[in-house]
Amino acid sequence: MSLIEVRNLTKIYGDGEAKTPVLHDISFTIDKGEFVAIMGPSGSGKSTLLHLLGFLDDYTTGSYIFEGREAKSYAGDEVARIRNKKLGFVFQSFNLLPHTTVFENVKLPLLYSDIPEATWGALAEKAIEAVGLSHRRDFDATQLSGGEKQRAAIARALVCSPSVIFADEPTGNLDSKSGGAVMDILKKLNEVDGHTIILITHETDTARHARRIIRIKDGMIESDTVVAKEHRANGNTLNKID
Amino acid sequence: MTFKHSIKTATEGLKANKARSVLTILGIVIGVTAIILVVSMGQGAQNLILDQVKGMGTRTVIVGGGREPTGPSDAGQIFSDSLTKRDLDLLMRRENTPSVKYIMPLVFGASSAAYESDTFNLTIFGVSPLMEEIFDMPVKNGVFFTDEDVRGRAKYVVIGHKVKTELFGADEAVGKVIKMKEHSFRVIGVLAERGQDFFNFDEAAIIPYTTAQDYVLGIKHFNRIVTEAKSETLINQAAEEIKLTLRESHDITDSTKDDFFVITQVDLAGRLGAITSVLTIFLAAVAAISLVVGGIGIMNIMLVSVTERTKEIGLRKALGATDRDILSQFLLEAIILTGIGGIVGIILGASLSFGISMLIVKIAVLAWSFSFPFSAALLGLGVSGLIGLIFGLYPARKAARKSPINALRYE
Repeated sequence: MSLIEVRNLTKIYGDGEAKTPVLHDISFTIDKGEFVAIMGPSGSGKSTLLHLLGFLDDYTTGSYIFEGREAKSYAGDEVARIRNKKLGFVFQSFNLLPHTTVFENVKLPLLYSDIPEATWGALAEKAIEAVGLSHRRDFDATQLSGGEKQRAAIARALVCSPSVIFADEPTGNLDSKSGGAVMDILKKLNEVDGHTIILITHETDTARHARRIIRIKDGMIESDTVVAKEHRANGNTLNKID
Repeated sequence: MTFKHSIKTATEGLKANKARSVLTILGIVIGVTAIILVVSMGQGAQNLILDQVKGMGTRTVIVGGGREPTGPSDAGQIFSDSLTKRDLDLLMRRENTPSVKYIMPLVFGASSAAYESDTFNLTIFGVSPLMEEIFDMPVKNGVFFTDEDVRGRAKYVVIGHKVKTELFGADEAVGKVIKMKEHSFRVIGVLAERGQDFFNFDEAAIIPYTTAQDYVLGIKHFNRIVTEAKSETLINQAAEEIKLTLRESHDITDSTKDDFFVITQVDLAGRLGAITSVLTIFLAAVAAISLVVGGIGIMNIMLVSVTERTKEIGLRKALGATDRDILSQFLLEAIILTGIGGIVGIILGASLSFGISMLIVKIAVLAWSFSFPFSAALLGLGVSGLIGLIFGLYPARKAARKSPINALRYE
């Protein structure tokens, strides 16, 4: 069973005259343990696709089966439950709570979970350690550098051990050095810890860390390419992919 | 999310905006302060009045001429000369009023009193020597007049404490002669100081009622007949006996046509208490309006806060917060705000009314007592919490309905 199975997915915003189709007939599957980059220029519909996959928005037609169950069949609090338990989000603008320590920020998803409170501290510590931020544990989120902020956000996405981590332009607000560090962590999470990662980006530099690249243009899949292992993270291979 | 963590989250949200939180609750603080102040002062005033009424004696039953006036222009007043010497004699008969211990006629009128070059405006009370007993009115210097003096229409006067100090200062008053309504009265006694009481006896001149009727007021009737029941339990029975006797004397068969009224100290206390209660409730209601205004202020700020925190709300939802989690977070913020406002208001209101009570005691020399209005405090706290709930609900619902996509949008 695939982790994610998308069949003929469409998304149309608005009604009547103002009807704006954003996604046309998208189909693909993603298996557990994959590291997929969804690439495309702005306005291509890649963010909308991420919203649909992340249970943040409803699709218009087609089918999206997540872990064997149609996404539309989840209702009300079940959706919140899925987001909490199965999905982790990393955002371009970090979205850490200000005036709150790294530790408390990472703990935030646990507050909404049914995981016993006694284990929260240990789980948060473990997630912070996984992104190498233990020395910043009690720092206020506003005191961190951009790269550190994003690493804290990754720890927060990890803390509930989700089935998949969605990273939406995670390096978009970072310089290339700290962006690289963030990508290294995501790669490590995928390769070493076996996390499924779906990365949204418009930068080829970032996308090359993934093992598979789905290109989107004008709401349709343009290409779906598996990147050979030896080609990954190798500047030379990018041309071959293109 | 557990309730404990909801509260923690809400408190942290408020702490992040301390100055705004403080300003927001100001309206509630002022509203609750005003309510506590008004109710506390109202209770103080009520206690003061009731104490004064009780000073009349708990067994006192007062009979007045005319129908009990229901308003300033009440026509019942025209019968106010209905209490006669005959009525008094009938009431004095033991078989007519077995539950009554003392019966005393009372007439009164305003006058001025002059001694040498000093004059003082006072109230003349024409009474019998029973006055001392019924109103528990000890004479400090000199003596009270006797029944003999009443029969002889003696021009003797017992003066109140203030009359004495105004006319005689520190000098001895007993034995001096003062002039009231062109008649000379010999001062035979000075009353002990009574402070504020219902009849204000400190500013009274007390003379035999016969003297007052014939020489001073020129009337044949009595303004009041003051009686005292044998015991507190007999007070209603005594009132009934008096009514029956007077109806017979006045040939009245229909009690609604009574040309007199009987009032007990309990009645009077109840009636005056009702007046101050109504006033207090009215003022508290005015103060409560400010609570509603405060509530609207809270709603306004909560709406701003919800808009400002769109990203935070979206983030929390993306991380797994349910609509109810978000709703309770913002609702709790509003309730905690108003709750704190309520508590601060209660403390502030109580301290203010305590301070004012102290001032009243010190400056106005009244037997004013501070009382903490527990019911008003509870009500104030409850109402402010409720206001948080009501005015917080709309912003909280707005927050709960926000889409998590907003958190993903680049700012």
